[in-house]
Amino acid sequence: MTTRIFGSGIRRREDPRLITGKATYTDDIKLPGMVYAAILRSPHAHARIRSIDTSAAAAAPGVLAVYTGADVEGVLKPIPCAWVVPNSDVKQVAYPAIAKDVVRYVGDAVAVVVAEDRYQAEDALELISVDYEVLPAVINPEAALGPNAPQLHADAPKNQAFHWVASGGNVDDAFKSAEVVVKDTIVQQKLIPNAMEPRSAVASWLAPMGELTIWNSTQNPHIVRFITCLVTGVPEHKIRIIAPEVGGGFGSKIAVYPWEMIVAFCAMKLGLPVKWTETRTENYVATTHGRDHIERVELAATRSGKITGLRATVYAGMGAYLSTAGPGIPTILHGLMYSGPYAIPNIRADVYGVFTNSTPVEAYRGAGRPEATFLLERMIDLLAVQLNLDPVEVRRRNLIPKFDNGYDVAIGLKYDSGDYQKALDTALTHTSYNRLRQEQQQLRQHGKYMGIGVVCYCEICGLGPSQVAGAVGFGGGLWESAIVRFYATGKVNVFVGTSPHGQGEETTFAQIIADELGVPVDDVEVVHGDTDLTPMGWGTYGSRTTVVGGAAVALSARKIREKGRLLAAHLLEAAEADVEYADGKFFVRGSPDKSKTIQDIALMANVAWNMPQGMEPGLEATTFYDPPNFTFPFGTHIAVVIVDPDNGHIDLTKYVAVDDCGRQINPMVVEGQIHGGVVQGVGQALWEGAVYDQNGQLLTGSMLDYALPRAHLLPDVETLSTTTPSPHNPLGVKGIGETGTIASTPAVYNAVIDALRHLGVTGLEMPLTPEKVWRAIHQQG
Amino acid sequence: MNIQVKVNGKSYQADVEPRMLLVHFLRDVAGLTGTKIGCDTSQCGSCVVLMDGVTVKSCTCLAVHANGSSITTIEGLAQDGKLHAVQEAFWNKHGLQCGYCTAGMILTVTELLQRNPKPTAEQVRQGLKGNICRCTGYQNIVRAALAAAEALGG
Ligand code: FES
Ligand code: FES
Repeated sequence: MTTRIFGSGIRRREDPRLITGKATYTDDIKLPGMVYAAILRSPHAHARIRSIDTSAAAAAPGVLAVYTGADVEGVLKPIPCAWVVPNSDVKQVAYPAIAKDVVRYVGDAVAVVVAEDRYQAEDALELISVDYEVLPAVINPEAALGPNAPQLHADAPKNQAFHWVASGGNVDDAFKSAEVVVKDTIVQQKLIPNAMEPRSAVASWLAPMGELTIWNSTQNPHIVRFITCLVTGVPEHKIRIIAPEVGGGFGSKIAVYPWEMIVAFCAMKLGLPVKWTETRTENYVATTHGRDHIERVELAATRSGKITGLRATVYAGMGAYLSTAGPGIPTILHGLMYSGPYAIPNIRADVYGVFTNSTPVEAYRGAGRPEATFLLERMIDLLAVQLNLDPVEVRRRNLIPKFDNGYDVAIGLKYDSGDYQKALDTALTHTSYNRLRQEQQQLRQHGKYMGIGVVCYCEICGLGPSQVAGAVGFGGGLWESAIVRFYATGKVNVFVGTSPHGQGEETTFAQIIADELGVPVDDVEVVHGDTDLTPMGWGTYGSRTTVVGGAAVALSARKIREKGRLLAAHLLEAAEADVEYADGKFFVRGSPDKSKTIQDIALMANVAWNMPQGMEPGLEATTFYDPPNFTFPFGTHIAVVIVDPDNGHIDLTKYVAVDDCGRQINPMVVEGQIHGGVVQGVGQALWEGAVYDQNGQLLTGSMLDYALPRAHLLPDVETLSTTTPSPHNPLGVKGIGETGTIASTPAVYNAVIDALRHLGVTGLEMPLTPEKVWRAIHQQG
Repeated sequence: MNIQVKVNGKSYQADVEPRMLLVHFLRDVAGLTGTKIGCDTSQCGSCVVLMDGVTVKSCTCLAVHANGSSITTIEGLAQDGKLHAVQEAFWNKHGLQCGYCTAGMILTVTELLQRNPKPTAEQVRQGLKGNICRCTGYQNIVRAALAAAEALGG
């Protein structure tokens, strides 16, 4: 065989429709007779609804119906939370699709208008008059737990959504005997995901059949089907969810929202297909946010820089209601990752989930692991300052040594494989780290502030073993499925339960099939995102699609190979034991010209004229793959910044990412994931943040006010990799969708603080705006 | 109001509300949904089309303003089934992930290369200021633009 298809950066097979404008996203769908919904949203963060008058709106041109909370009450069940973390007393407060008595955040739905066109629907919204009694609001999660804070839910005293503790070793002893302790308060500001495609849903109700179809901009159509069934009462087998082309998600399209339930309600009431698409400004309040932690952290160490303990109390804002996966993020995906790539014998995470009068918080790229990595990497830099050691040296003294098959960290996880030192060395060599430090010294003498940030990370992804999912309260399994189907012509369809939306699995899954079965990659078509066509799956998030879904694809291919081998033996009149497979051919050992191609086998299996005794026709295999463990990709990222003391401007001049995601199926796609991830994390460090005033108004409520990364503000990311296969994954792969975001926020943050260190600046709150930096320089300097 | 607009070489005549946005005209009247809407504050560039050869944000332009003009949308870029060099370069260089910003990016780059056939990476980055991509981190979009410049003989 020449170059293997597994491991080659072939261009993507989904692109032709995307670069020609022929792809169909939800908002591109137009059904006969379709009408348009617009949702009236609360302008107040907290208020009692005294009365609503919809009569003028109902009489407006083109308006077909106006519904309020009273109309949906009892018809739509409350929106459930699907990740009820055990032993944490999660308060599952009612989340009505449309608020009836109380609104709890700016963006809460108050009414919906359906009209013949969208302009009419939006016009009519303005004619609805709502009489609100405005109540005090609380946005800061730590303050919300306080004694005098406004209460959001009667059944969640002190606004506490849950309290979760995880620990390993003996933390209190570690702190008692610590030679050095460093402390910090870290604010993980609330972030707005900003997938470029706003969310959208089209619902169609076929009343005579009792069938509901929803086209939905989602990352996990099967979960949407399940929850739609719970909320609407339509039986699961009568619901079809289609995720057509989806324009990015980054976690914000995991949640099953009230909005698509409202759209379904309208379609069922009116007997007409109904479309709703949010505006971007609506997206800022109605689509889930990420992060929002206040963390009080302490790190214990010896004088030589060996970390002996880590403890943190985290106040994690949940927003006004629990989003679908909300509680799992600051707990399971965060607290359990406090060891990172380091051997830390004693750890405790104490996490309070807190209701606040703001948009619900969900997964946002990295979901919990960026916060954990930031916490650790920030504390290690503080320790390095305290001990007057190079930050790289402190990391080196604590990294877990290389392991190939399992390493138990104190907090209870078993990492799969890692060679953290190698990733670090690769990054140091590539950046000529020592030279960079010298350069920093020289520049400082000339009044130029250069900073270097180094981050070693290890993250948990490829979610995950279903037994663990159950044990940690995730309301489902986390296995994946794939059907591989050969047709008589030798062409192949792969039907998968995962639901990629930009990650390129139409290509990488085809590469897996091509590699396993020797068919040309163009003979494979991957089908996803339609619950009527694809087998059950749990969706695309947590860097699980290639790891878990790809494994299911590979295992189905291997089943086909085995069936093909038996059929080939029959056709070649050879003993089964003598028939082997290589490069798309089955042949008799020792006589390679006695062979059948996979295409010959596909033809015979499909016509079934001459099958071995007892063998079923067809060449098709289904796999439900439940991974034995998560995967733990890792790496080292280094950022270099120049800070201008005159105006606080930060120039990110160099960014090096060394990542290890095990074997790479398509290095071009892997690199693309890293680029995008890194830039999102840079956004958190430097520019992004949801800012609220004390009344709970979102001040960064549009793309004008919320600063997203732009092309001219960024350098190229230099990507390098090491390869440490996952020992338990059938393909040896690990997830790569989130590592960039996980590593880049602390890398850039640490670089900026490093640039200011000689002035006595030890920390600043993100985002590191020029103003904050300038003030720090001029106050301290 | 009655307007006539040429889109990708084809003439469309329609009676539109004066407030109708050009992007809605293209998507809903002409049925060309390749042009996307990513914001409502003229920030993202998902909606970029060429009006008489010049990039405009079609969300920030009324359909009536387009009366008598000639518009090129992403659907009109490939000729006789052959991809435009910029489209080809986006494909080759992995210049897109979810594809939502792509129409705007490709048209922006197309016009950029007409004005500056041999841009530096920095000039490309400056030229993309008005377009947001949340997926790619821009790096492969820049690569694609430079590759397209080369392919076009710039
Ligand atoms: S939709 Fe036109 S700039 Fe965003
Ligand atoms: S490719 Fe998704 S926004 Fe650019």
